[in-house]
Amino acid sequence: MTVEAAVPPEAPAATEYDIRLIGLTKRFDDVVAVDGISLDIDRGKFFALLGPSGCGKTTTLRMIGGFEEPTEGRIELGGVDVAPLPPYKRDVNTVFQSYALFPHLTIFENVAFGLRRRGVKGGDLRRRVGESLELVGLAGLERRKPRQLSGGQQQRIALARALVNRPRVLLLDEPLGALDLKLRKEMQLELKRIQADVGITFVHVTHDQEEAMTMADGIVIMNGGRIEQLGTPSELYERPRTPFVAGFLGVSNLLEGTAVAGDRVKLADGTEVQCPHEVLGGRTGTVQIGVRPEKLRIGGDAGNSLSGTIAESAYIGVSTQYIVETPAGPVTVYVQNDRPGGQVATGERLTLSWSPESTFVVDALEGSS
Amino acid sequence: MGLGLFHRHRGATPYLLLAPGMLWLAAFFLVPLGFLAYQSLESGSIIAGFGYAFTWAWSNYSSAVRGYTGEFERSFEYAGLATVIALVVSYPVAYWIAFRGGRWKNLLLLFIVAPFFVTYLIRTLAWQTILSDHGLVVRLLTDIHLISPGGRVLATGTAVVAGITYNFLPFMALPLYVSLEQIDQTLIEAAEDLYASKWRAFLRVTFPLSLPGVVAGTLLTFIPAAGDFINAQLLGSPTSHMIGNVIQSKFLGLQDYPAAAAMSFILMAIILALVLVYARVVGTEKLTG
Ligand SMILES: Nc1ncnc2c1ncn2[C@@H]1O[C@H](COP(=O)(O)OP(=O)(O)O)[C@@H](O)[C@H]1O
Ligand SMILES: [Mg+2]
Repeated sequence: MTVEAAVPPEAPAATEYDIRLIGLTKRFDDVVAVDGISLDIDRGKFFALLGPSGCGKTTTLRMIGGFEEPTEGRIELGGVDVAPLPPYKRDVNTVFQSYALFPHLTIFENVAFGLRRRGVKGGDLRRRVGESLELVGLAGLERRKPRQLSGGQQQRIALARALVNRPRVLLLDEPLGALDLKLRKEMQLELKRIQADVGITFVHVTHDQEEAMTMADGIVIMNGGRIEQLGTPSELYERPRTPFVAGFLGVSNLLEGTAVAGDRVKLADGTEVQCPHEVLGGRTGTVQIGVRPEKLRIGGDAGNSLSGTIAESAYIGVSTQYIVETPAGPVTVYVQNDRPGGQVATGERLTLSWSPESTFVVDALEGSS
Repeated sequence: MGLGLFHRHRGATPYLLLAPGMLWLAAFFLVPLGFLAYQSLESGSIIAGFGYAFTWAWSNYSSAVRGYTGEFERSFEYAGLATVIALVVSYPVAYWIAFRGGRWKNLLLLFIVAPFFVTYLIRTLAWQTILSDHGLVVRLLTDIHLISPGGRVLATGTAVVAGITYNFLPFMALPLYVSLEQIDQTLIEAAEDLYASKWRAFLRVTFPLSLPGVVAGTLLTFIPAAGDFINAQLLGSPTSHMIGNVIQSKFLGLQDYPAAAAMSFILMAIILALVLVYARVVGTEKLTG
């Protein structure tokens, strides 16, 4: 009996990256699904591929898994170019969005599928399947068929079936997309725990920014087949570099202005705003400065300030949201309701301030420079 | 009150919907079947006029088996062979159409059904020409030394099996296509993801999931083929006759109704037994996934 899966041996010089994409491109006829992305993913990290529907996340994942051939570019797994390898020879497993459990096989046989192909048998096989089912909290369901399980249970089995093989990388394509909100929240934490337990690199595709923020160590934000920005959740939130990222992750106030120094931007109404040097990054000409609604204070002087009138307010319990009309444009503000009766009435004039540290800068919108 | 009425109606609805079909079956299947059973136990002979009388003549059954063992055996041999060949031939075709057919699927399916636009009889007659002693097939087979010079195909068992295979192929191909078409492609990708080569993925996932089609196709082919007589009559010779030929000649030629009826029952019983064994072996578990 030959072992079918010729898994590429551990690269001699230990590479620090599990996955390396170099100029990866995929065209379907006239659609460019993935447009030259380059990316390194560290070993053992929980990594999220985040972006709106149709931005090429699935296609990227399918190329890594071997189900789609790149039009251009390279994919390296653990330092080895996998271009010539079919899916069954790649040390990668996938959790499909539809779970793709084999309906004619029992849960045991589903989970054992990959191990059997690699020649694991007998007690060893039973032990590993059992451990894997235990890991996802579903021991005891071995003899059921997939259709006898709930959606959430099927999701866990799909996870167990992939993890039992201890792949170098686990690819997850919107694995929680079909679950209801409550279950999804539970599974987010569960997935994170499991990833920490097994220490395998996870690449998790999602269009849900909150999900990516909760779970991932590193996030890459994709848009239109390209990478917009890469970073930790807090980097991406605190310092978005493109208007798309600023708008996609949470709420941002973006105000147009002109860079007047290495760390100052002059807004349309003449107000000058301070920001860290590295945030402006040497840009000149028209830019947009951004600040998150919760970083704004009413009154005070935190370094940067703007005056305006309250156009709208909405009381939502923990905080009150205001929309303030300023000469530089409308600004959304979240104010903590830290004392009773602290709200400001619509139509009142006030001054908003924020710290230069909380200021980020993104490129101006197309055509306005 | 209204609710009670609703419930009562709902209780009756399935039966109302079943009624036309049931009546149809009762009138045109069960009644003739009963009559046939009655006839199979009659005795008498045509020489004594049409004086068949019901006499519990079980001897009709024993003499049918004794006199026509060869024809019975041939029926199942030919039908079995034709079924296996049809399965082997149509599986790749159905597979290809289901997975690679793309937008040509419907057209390709039409090609499979196309022969049905011509009458069964005419189609089989066409095969007489195809397999005739000076026809293309014989010449080709002689050239590649599969048959010796002067050998023939027509009027042999081979011709009969070929004819049956051809005539029942769509009954095999269509159910196969339907079951293959329904298979979620992601399952095959999942198998490959889990280290199964293409061939392993086929054996472990695609084929088991297509089993309902295999079972439906083999039954739809084997059952009518076992009772067929047209192919043996037009493409075979008396030495390659099947039980259908005997029944046909007894019913329509010799008007020996009791013997013909008894043979029909024996044929039916054997088919039923074989189908039951087959269903057992393949397993209903597998069929329902
Ligand atoms: N097999 C295919 N043939 C043609 N176009 C495709 C195919 N797969 C994906 N696309 C296109 O590529 C783009 C990216 O798709 P996809 O990777 O599925 O995005 P996402 O997973 O981010 O929603 C979309 O415009 C989609 O229509
Ligand atoms: Mg997708």
